[in-house]
Amino acid sequence: MKVTFKVFRFDPIKDEKHHYDTFVVETKLNERILDCLNKIRSKQDSSVSFRMGCSYGICGSDALTINGVPSLACQKLVKDYNYTSEIIIEPLKFYSVIKDLIVDLDPFFKRLEKLKTDEKRKPINKLEKRENIQSIEDLKQFEDAIKCILCGSCVAACPITLEVEPEFIGPAALLRAYRYIFDSRIKNINEKMLLLEKAHGIWSCKSHYKCTLVCPKQIKVTKTILKTKRKIREDLHPKT
Amino acid sequence: MIYTYDVVVIGGGIAGLITALKASEKCSVSVVSKIHVTRSHSVAAQGGIAASLGNEEEDRWEWHMFDTVKGGDYLSDQNAAEILAKEAPGCVSMLEHLGVPFSRNSNGKIQQRRFGGHTQNFGKVPVKRACYAADRTGRTIMDTLYDECLMRKIPLHNEVFINNLLFSENQCCGVVGYDIRDCTPIVFHAKTVVLATGGAGRIFKTTSNGYSSTGDGFGLTLNSGLVLQDMEFIQFHPTGIFGLGILVSEAARAEGGILRNNKNERFMMKYAPSLKELAPRDIIARAILTEINEGRGINGEKYVFLDLRSIGKETLLEKIPEVISFIQTYLGISANEAPVPVAPTCHYFMGGIPTNTKGQVLVDKNHTIARGLYAVGECACVSVHGANRLGCNSLIDLVVFGLRTGKSASRYSIKHNRVSLPVETEKISENKIAFLLEKKGNSSVYNIRENLQNLMTEKCNVFRDGQNLSLALDKICELKKKYSDLVLNDNGTHFNYELQEAFELGNMLKTAESILYSAFKRKESRGAHFRTDFPEREDTKWLKHTLVASNLQGLKVTYFPVKISRFQPLKRKY
Ligand SMILES: Cc1cc2nc3c(=O)[nH]c(=O)nc-3n(C[C@H](O)[C@H](O)[C@H](O)COP(=O)(O)OP(=O)(O)OC[C@H]3O[C@@H](n4cnc5c(N)ncnc54)[C@H](O)[C@@H]3O)c2cc1C
Repeated sequence: MKVTFKVFRFDPIKDEKHHYDTFVVETKLNERILDCLNKIRSKQDSSVSFRMGCSYGICGSDALTINGVPSLACQKLVKDYNYTSEIIIEPLKFYSVIKDLIVDLDPFFKRLEKLKTDEKRKPINKLEKRENIQSIEDLKQFEDAIKCILCGSCVAACPITLEVEPEFIGPAALLRAYRYIFDSRIKNINEKMLLLEKAHGIWSCKSHYKCTLVCPKQIKVTKTILKTKRKIREDLHPKT
Repeated sequence: MIYTYDVVVIGGGIAGLITALKASEKCSVSVVSKIHVTRSHSVAAQGGIAASLGNEEEDRWEWHMFDTVKGGDYLSDQNAAEILAKEAPGCVSMLEHLGVPFSRNSNGKIQQRRFGGHTQNFGKVPVKRACYAADRTGRTIMDTLYDECLMRKIPLHNEVFINNLLFSENQCCGVVGYDIRDCTPIVFHAKTVVLATGGAGRIFKTTSNGYSSTGDGFGLTLNSGLVLQDMEFIQFHPTGIFGLGILVSEAARAEGGILRNNKNERFMMKYAPSLKELAPRDIIARAILTEINEGRGINGEKYVFLDLRSIGKETLLEKIPEVISFIQTYLGISANEAPVPVAPTCHYFMGGIPTNTKGQVLVDKNHTIARGLYAVGECACVSVHGANRLGCNSLIDLVVFGLRTGKSASRYSIKHNRVSLPVETEKISENKIAFLLEKKGNSSVYNIRENLQNLMTEKCNVFRDGQNLSLALDKICELKKKYSDLVLNDNGTHFNYELQEAFELGNMLKTAESILYSAFKRKESRGAHFRTDFPEREDTKWLKHTLVASNLQGLKVTYFPVKISRFQPLKRKY
């Protein structure tokens, strides 16, 4: 069967402004959108640029805007869309476009670095001593957050970063902070929580739930942010 | 652009990051990766990491060592296998203390599960040795190490493609490549270079490996006139999703998954009566293809069923949630209700760049060292995995030998002065890029690549024979000719992936050729290398490692003995 893809194009060398190209691809219902994009590259126009990695939703390379929604191209199949009309492929919003579907993710990764505290690091050696003990319940506290694959979709869907406060630290970095704050093995978490309270930090989040809606790993991102907020209130600003 | 560091690590998978972290304690180090490091294919590792912690039942490092050697069909170097097994528990402990969120048992210790070929008491019964974080083991280790690199401020050069090793004064002194963003040439001037470039599954049509596993480290090594070891030994994982090749982790069988043919028979009873579905991968891959070839595939098709229904929904969601979720996405099946169609998929390279146990690259059968050059991880061959790797033994190999490599590379860098770069190094990359962009040939990257993948899949799969391997070698020569007659349709400079794929294809062809030749020359069957024309293992002639070189005169193999200490070769039965 034939499906039409309308693809966002921008070449920084040649173009002042972006445009769209249309490609008709011979495909099947069960094919991944990523497969279709690769067919465009190998059979029609090899200059269409997009990132890809593992091809099954664990490396986080191929987050794109598909029909307006941030999604992983390797996790979505043709049948997930109304394939009788055009499927529109665009880069993630919020980030600046470098070429075609490729955006500059530096602002995304920089945000993760921002929440790093200056703890003394342990030596990298094999250890004689045994592992820390952690109960199944304690692990469950933060287990949802370890599913994050750093694809950047949540930041590209967040109404705060998009419309209100571009400097907002964003859901992914807050999720990463949550992963450490709620890990029973980590003791000095106050410093991290203080960092979260800085300008453009956790209090800028207004619980729009868009991050939760688009997360390709179905992480309840907003819920984790709310939990962190509660913990900050209880630990740093206790009502006496 | 020229960057100067003491140690430069090519590859940001688990092997590369561990090496860099260790080296950073003593000297300046950076990591270079063609995809952002957190996208490295190590994130795909699902099932676990092997160590004889004994958290669930009695275990000993000697048993782990024995299983590794027997699993490798006695081609493993036993000094290396001993290091692996002995140091594994301490390394898993280190990972846990760095923050890896391992799954836990009711005592709060790291939970362990069974895995193929891992046994108690020298092969008696399966043992729980695989430590894991659900089926996200690789992802969680990578995330922990990535955060650790950020904390230690290790510079990461992401989306830089390396296409040349640099040597001067008889030693490796850096690498050159280009920024994928805009084709700017980049040179890394270093005292030591560590290759941690991963595998090459993409030379096959069906593989569990990601798009970046194109054997660049193998190509870089061969192009520098150096040798590769044991390239004929390629692991085909028994359970790739049929058609897609995406991996259904062995953990699915460890938790109770059963393989069935079209008669609903549990056929592994025939092939490995004692370990059954938990026999090593080479044995199960052959069993599945034998069933298919003898007409017992499902509906006459080239797959069998992996039946997970008896495990129970709750356990499935707890132990292998990712697997269950992508089976649902790609096949529209609930693994709890319907069996999953599977077939072998190209998975892992036991061979690679020969090293000693410090990660130093060896250049010949006398173990002469390539000064300043190290290799670690899947692209290296120490050799612990011999002719067939056991599940969960790769991740532990990355960590154990990553630590050792990081340590020795930093020591070397402290002790030695920097040698100067050869002249005009930036030009090397610039010229290579210009050459490809301006070339006006007739062959396309995609056409050659597809031909290569079909060729390897047809002629160099689980079952091989001399005639087909020889045909394939002829065919590779044709493909190489076509490669020299390449034309790119994209001649842009920003994120020109066709250009990158052209470089990768060069490495893939080199890698494939070295595999075919090594496989053609080894006239016996051992581990993952099965020759239908020589179906037996023959220790008197072939208990030795292959070294393959490729130069203008063509391909050449030499051999050197296996290091055997504790375990004399026995017939391999499970
Ligand atoms: C689906 C899957 C599941 C697996 N599950 C398990 C498991 O449960 N347990 C286990 O022990 N093993 C498992 N394995 C095997 C194991 O994951 C791999 O062998 C291992 O992760 C390889 O790690 P690495 O660090 O050597 O290379 P990789 O993680 O592949 O990293 C290679 C790095 O090199 C870089 N690179 C490559 N070429 C270039 C170049 N030319 N220029 C610049 N950079 C370059 C890449 O960008 C990347 O950063 C699995 C493998 C797969 C595919």
